[in-house]
Amino acid sequence: MTLHAIAPASTAEPAQATPMVRFNDVHKSFGIVEVLKGISFAVGRGEVVCLIGRSGSGKSTALRCINGLERITTGSIDVCGHAVTPDGKADLHAVRKRVGIVFQSYNLFPHLTVEQNITLAPRRVKKTAPTEARALAADVLAKVGLSDKIASYPEQLSGGQQQRVAIARALAMQPEVMLFDEVTSALDPELTGEVLKVMEDLARGGMTMVLVTHEMAFASRVADKIIFMHKGRVHETGPRDLLSRPETPELRQFVGTGL
Amino acid sequence: MNYQFDFSFLWDPDNAYWRDILHGTWLTVQLTVLAIVLGFALGAACAIGSTSRIPSLRRAIAVYVEIIRNTPLLVQVFWLFFGLASLGFKFSAFSAAVLALTINIAAYTSEIIRSGIESVRKGQIEAAESLGLSRMQLLFDVVLPPAIERVLPSLAGQFVLMMLATSIMAQISTEELMAAASRIQSETFRGFEIYIVVAVVYLALAMALRLSFAFLAWAAFPRRRRLGTPV
Ligand SMILES: Nc1ncnc2c1ncn2[C@@H]1O[C@H](COP(=O)(O)OP(=O)(O)O)[C@@H](O)[C@H]1O
Ligand SMILES: [Mg+2]
Repeated sequence: MTLHAIAPASTAEPAQATPMVRFNDVHKSFGIVEVLKGISFAVGRGEVVCLIGRSGSGKSTALRCINGLERITTGSIDVCGHAVTPDGKADLHAVRKRVGIVFQSYNLFPHLTVEQNITLAPRRVKKTAPTEARALAADVLAKVGLSDKIASYPEQLSGGQQQRVAIARALAMQPEVMLFDEVTSALDPELTGEVLKVMEDLARGGMTMVLVTHEMAFASRVADKIIFMHKGRVHETGPRDLLSRPETPELRQFVGTGL
Repeated sequence: MNYQFDFSFLWDPDNAYWRDILHGTWLTVQLTVLAIVLGFALGAACAIGSTSRIPSLRRAIAVYVEIIRNTPLLVQVFWLFFGLASLGFKFSAFSAAVLALTINIAAYTSEIIRSGIESVRKGQIEAAESLGLSRMQLLFDVVLPPAIERVLPSLAGQFVLMMLATSIMAQISTEELMAAASRIQSETFRGFEIYIVVAVVYLALAMALRLSFAFLAWAAFPRRRRLGTPV
């Protein structure tokens, strides 16, 4: 894995000085509806940032702008030293090679085995040799605790297992940043634990993560920073104990009802 | 009604009509296989093109598909064989038949594959894009395999219909099965028998075609093999 030379590990600078992801006054409209109304925040190397907020507040849209699934209207996002801009294109391929994303609905490729799901992108995008790609698949599957499912098809797995495979598939590209969009929301309650545990392990392992979540207990335990979004804006920001001492009435109300 | 069935003309020593049947069958098989292979390629290309970002390409394909699906195959053949000939483009009856069948089946194939492509969930495409796959890689690795797997039964059905429709190529005197039958009937006056024979041959060909597709699905789609999803 080629570490991108923007934040040499040897320098004693605080992470904040060289963010992995930085939103610079990002606006995003769908047609005439402005969904993001000027967002700015930064995610340092190794940080875990949780986006919380009501449904429709723009959390998913913000996340999807990072890897260009949605094109921003104005402003810019710095991602691993590359600029995501309103004109799109430019560095998108470079950004996508460095950023992994996991969705609420898993989105595994149904016609491929677990192993093929994982090896597809390394082989096609990074031209990794087949044997090496298989070793990589074994490696990331072990990380998510699913080594025995390597030959299964997605439809043979439970939702929690599919989501862990989706995480493994993203990890196989050896990303520098991982994005998670409500990855436990589609799961039965008894299956969320296994997925949250994988994410917690990743966070402890130093992965830079931006996640949209409704798991407030998880956010309060794992997040380095919590960002409360409200009506397309960053409404309140704080460390992981933010939820126990909200300052704005909106967050107080969200904490009161949203749990 | 005491009609005497008599199939003996088939192996009449002077005029072994079974050879003509066999020859006609072989030509029908050739027409069918060629049109399926070429028509599938053209149809898949059109299906891909109809998802392109170029509006004029999408429109051109839509016009082609609608014209073909809303006019008789016979008109299309005659137009190619007689119409173009009068402009100086001459085809043999066999080439005209293959061309007409290809152009015809490709339009249906295009629509069927397009419906398969549209059934691939948007999330899978976003996942592939997010992993950095190019548009072509996305198409060939993520979109087309499940799309074609899903529509294979419809495709097989359409191809069988096309195989049966090769019988109208007798109209431009392609010596396929139906043309052979007509000639034998006019020489032997054994219409009752000969068309039973021909029907049985078409039935056998249709069965063989369906079986081939079932085998193709089994060979090309390992998930079906593993999970036993019926074709
Ligand atoms: N593709 C789209 N087209 C139009 N509107 C959209 C689209 N995606 C999201 N929106 C709208 O943008 C707003 C924010 O959506 P989203 O980012 O999904 O919110 P959240 O993830 O916080 O629930 C919502 O009002 C939603 O209806
Ligand atoms: Mg959302």
